[in-house]
Amino acid sequence: MNLSYLVFVKQVPDTKNITGEAMKPDGTVNRAALPAIFNPEDLNALELALNLKDRFGGKVTVATMGPPAAAEVLRQSLYRGADEVALLTDRAFAGADTLATSYTLSCFAKNNGKYDLILCGRQAIDGDTAQVGPQLAEKMDIPQICYVEEVLELDRKKIKARRAIDGGFEIVESALPALMTVINSNEPRPASAKRIMKYKKAKTRNELLTLHANAAYTDAEFLVKEEEELKQKGLWIHALSAADVKADIDRIGLKGSPTKVKNIESVVLKSSEMKKIEDNEAGIKFLVNELIKEHILG
Amino acid sequence: MSDKIGNVWVFAEQEGGKIANVSLELISKGRELAAKLGVKTEAVFIGNNIEKIAETLFHYGCDKIFLAESPDFEPFTVLPYADIINKLVEEHKPNILLFGATPKGRELAPRVASSLPAGLTADCTDLKIDDFDDKVNKAFYKNKLMQIRPAFGGNIVATIVNTWKDPQMVTVRPGVMKLVEPDPSRKGAIVKVKAQVDPALKILNVIERAQKEKSVNLQASQIIVAGGYGVGGKENFKLIYDLAKTLGGDVGSSRAAVDAGWIDHDHQVGQTGVTVRPKLYIACGISGSIQHRAGMTESGTIIAINNDPDAPIFSAAHYGIVGEINSVVPKIIKAYKAKA
Repeated sequence: MNLSYLVFVKQVPDTKNITGEAMKPDGTVNRAALPAIFNPEDLNALELALNLKDRFGGKVTVATMGPPAAAEVLRQSLYRGADEVALLTDRAFAGADTLATSYTLSCFAKNNGKYDLILCGRQAIDGDTAQVGPQLAEKMDIPQICYVEEVLELDRKKIKARRAIDGGFEIVESALPALMTVINSNEPRPASAKRIMKYKKAKTRNELLTLHANAAYTDAEFLVKEEEELKQKGLWIHALSAADVKADIDRIGLKGSPTKVKNIESVVLKSSEMKKIEDNEAGIKFLVNELIKEHILG
Repeated sequence: MSDKIGNVWVFAEQEGGKIANVSLELISKGRELAAKLGVKTEAVFIGNNIEKIAETLFHYGCDKIFLAESPDFEPFTVLPYADIINKLVEEHKPNILLFGATPKGRELAPRVASSLPAGLTADCTDLKIDDFDDKVNKAFYKNKLMQIRPAFGGNIVATIVNTWKDPQMVTVRPGVMKLVEPDPSRKGAIVKVKAQVDPALKILNVIERAQKEKSVNLQASQIIVAGGYGVGGKENFKLIYDLAKTLGGDVGSSRAAVDAGWIDHDHQVGQTGVTVRPKLYIACGISGSIQHRAGMTESGTIIAINNDPDAPIFSAAHYGIVGEINSVVPKIIKAYKAKA
């Protein structure tokens, strides 16, 4: 089937090793200072899209909004089997909350193709909000299927999927186009060695310019030729600005974000006055007596 | 600019005719916020044949309920619910709109926020009314909702403010807001809302549903004995169960023990599990990561048992015992049985 899948992914700081200096004074995240990884549940979303392509055919496009360095998650998507990738990057996107982010993504999805299914991870590990998926679905005016575990049936008109609910699961059927948020319920395929060999050369224009920093102004013709070659080999990572996706400048970035960070505090673990109890019969007896005396134990 | 402040609203969630605990927690908290602002606490209550259970919301401090009933609201699907809430918000303009950060709340609230549009902050662990002096943008906001939430895997706590027009929307983690004592004599008004569901909103259908009761409800427990990776194995968890049974409590766990497959996720306490506030919390072989502590630090009395004297859990504890689980736990059981 000639279905088209659009997967939104995010490059995120690895939240396992974070310090207070990772924040800028304005309260937004200083992403440059942190190791960046492919958001885990977005890998599950990509896997589901590739799995649908394997089962039902179609084409998988992967897009991300982020700084130029986010092109890396797009290359990783190509290694795993994505057909086409796009980087939404513009200084004007910076500081976006979930509302501005979902608006920006919707501009791409509406103005840069036609998609039957949009997939994204349930949430990203930097904010854990799980808001962008449903907000994007609303902006696209399409139904949302959240917490998807697997897709049971798919045809041109509709999809049947199994999703997690509190304490169980639900099987739902929805008309297409639709949006799914995917949870950690599949095993993302590893990057293929053959595809790595090919797609490690994939570049954005920015990366091409950086690579030929010295040639950039002296030999523009050479760069144009190289760009053309990369495009023909499918090694071109489209980089799109706010204008390219036809975004309203008042609805993106900090300006398009209703929520503002008032302040950020590192979590200081509170230290209580701890009574040390010895691991012997007298110590434990004392403890149990205290608890009974204080009516903590009956 | 209108001077009149809107009311504090709670989306009251129910499943199969039972009101979600978090909704009662939100009514309790909502009433506190409303008192500070000098406004009322109101609930949006959606479902089918639920009027008979609605009055519980009054007992916890709700003044008025907007009740929408239709067979189309069962089982829950997002679009019909979002449509009703959108229309009510447009009509009544609440100042604040609270959702539980449950699976339902977390997919419904963003859908509503996007279409209003309104700012939305996820998974708050505290809410306060305060002024916001935004020096960066040179703006001053009076009596705004401080939306306090952990981020970055619990490593930081951020205070977020919605600077656009109301409502100020948040989802709130279950278990973190304290329930008030219900007052069964408290009454309120029920406003029935026209609940005609547009067929276009029935574009998604639930075909099958399977749900089981949670194996344990730790949020209701007064005594929790929790085991972590230091318990050492599935068999050793028997000791944790023995202690819980002896003391009349329930068994909790850290994420590490769940990931190791020693115990079911329903028992997990912390950032990705439940938030609890029992009278007594005994942490056995739990190192005490920020993520775990986020879920249990409000417990009345905390006892930590760990063989590592430098385990961070000790700084959260009121009583600390450095020792092996296999040695300490049987002694507690013996000492308690000798007393009781």
